[in-house]
Amino acid sequence: MTTATLPPSATLISQSADSDTQLLEVSMGPQHPSTHGVFRMDVALDGEHVVKLKPIFGYLHRNHEKIAENETYLGSMPYTDRLDYFCSITNNWAYALAVEKLAGVVVPERAEYLRVITGELTRLQNHASLVGFLMQDMGASGTPLMYAFREREKILDLFEALTGARMMCNYMRFGGCRCDLPEGWLAQAKQVVDAFPRFLDEFERLLSGNEIIMARTQGVGVLSKELAINAGVTGPMLRACGVNYDLRKVDKYGIYDRFNFRVPLGEHGDVYDRYMIRLLEMRESVGILRQAMRDLPEGPFTDPKTKVRNFRPKPGEAYGRIEAPKGELGFYLISDGTPNPYRYRVRPPSLINLTVLEDMCLGQNIADVVIILGSVDIVMGEVDR
Amino acid sequence: MLGEGILKGLAETARNFFGSYVSKDRLTTIQFPEERAPRIEASRNFPFLVYDGTDPMAGLRCVSCLICEKECPPKCIFIEKSTDKKPDAVGKPQFYPSKFNIDVSVCMSCQICVEVCPFDAIKMDNAFELSATDRFDALLFNKQQLAKPNEYYHEIHPTEAAEVDAALAAARAKVAPKPPPPPPPAPPTTEAAAQ
Repeated sequence: MTTATLPPSATLISQSADSDTQLLEVSMGPQHPSTHGVFRMDVALDGEHVVKLKPIFGYLHRNHEKIAENETYLGSMPYTDRLDYFCSITNNWAYALAVEKLAGVVVPERAEYLRVITGELTRLQNHASLVGFLMQDMGASGTPLMYAFREREKILDLFEALTGARMMCNYMRFGGCRCDLPEGWLAQAKQVVDAFPRFLDEFERLLSGNEIIMARTQGVGVLSKELAINAGVTGPMLRACGVNYDLRKVDKYGIYDRFNFRVPLGEHGDVYDRYMIRLLEMRESVGILRQAMRDLPEGPFTDPKTKVRNFRPKPGEAYGRIEAPKGELGFYLISDGTPNPYRYRVRPPSLINLTVLEDMCLGQNIADVVIILGSVDIVMGEVDR
Repeated sequence: MLGEGILKGLAETARNFFGSYVSKDRLTTIQFPEERAPRIEASRNFPFLVYDGTDPMAGLRCVSCLICEKECPPKCIFIEKSTDKKPDAVGKPQFYPSKFNIDVSVCMSCQICVEVCPFDAIKMDNAFELSATDRFDALLFNKQQLAKPNEYYHEIHPTEAAEVDAALAAARAKVAPKPPPPPPPAPPTTEAAAQ
């Protein structure tokens, strides 16, 4: 720890508060247990209060976009698993959607249902583990996280039975999915989904009314509606501020217009609202899953006309976006008619939601920074790419 | 009352704690080296090469077409084509790999090599206990280490292997029946000639 050289604004704050105090610059991370991966924050502190916060990332940069430009279209599909490694299936989906737009591929109906089912299962496990991690950040070491992971494990088992891998699923293909459901999968999935609301009830009884959690999270890290919209924040973060924007309702990509579900909205935009939004979204996801599993039609699971090898879309550009568990995940592709994209760009929700971190943290205690960061829901694989 | 929420939460943890003694649903821990979770059929780890028959090197289905080497996203497959030829599954003379190496420290288990292989020669293994003390040579698998019998493939992925065998048998049947029952070709040709 060293005393800092600070920008004029920060120095001013410190002088106006107390001319005797000295600002302390603390480097949190990149190996800090609460920074959710290799993320570093340069925090300037006036006593316990944050006067400046500079996020520093790039420790997990793996050149994803440039690798994809030298790779065939199919070849970057497994790399997208490694973006947000908690939700590989939604990453696959967004990329497949962009390529399908680019090449004009039609997805068969069964494949659309399979995508919705796996995508919503991904949302369930992402939100459940996020809430667990948030409690871990708050100091509830273990119990809520282990309960969440216990449920997540059941969903990962389903993924393994379907795709062969628990996390790096590599499941979507252009024009459908890689494989059909194995025997007995649907029954097992129904069982998991039917048992999920009971877990949510338990989780809520355990956490939502807890006075310590309420005291630590309510009114902490407030993000205003205007700033959230201006900064391009999406996903549960934006909806916690009370903005009704869910791509499943706005874009109605895939077959989301067939399902009956609500979009939960927050009111205050604080950490508690962000936590609550995730719990409520899980309940809506369970509803979508029930409808999708009920209506799942028979038929081909992939478009037979789309080739696996020598896939060359016509020159053009496309932007495909979906409502990933963390927010709007988009892939922007430019094709020049060769087997690999000319330009490949990811719009990662975590990175853009992270840009408002300083605004949420200013004036808060250093202990609250950890919770605020936890409530943003970042995965460094996606932030640094 | 202040603290009510905490007490309710504690009741929940107590329910989970005591429930773990009676309900398998709440106690999911498996003591790994002693017990093992049931194997999931679809699970995949690293690729291996399938051979038919008893001789691992002569029975390899791989014809060294280099498609997997080209399509592999992290480029972890290295193949050297043979100079001479041997018959493949349907009896055509084909090259075979004189060298086939997979660097499993680079492989990311994406299964694309399996998807693009037109000869069903490369499949995904599910062996995961592969720790080694040397991260270079010990993790570079050569042809001898990669070759595994078709029976092993049936053991780890029964459904998939049965489908592959059926498809291969159909391909062989398409090629094979022509030479054994020689149908009398003379009458149709004479008729055609007469017309």
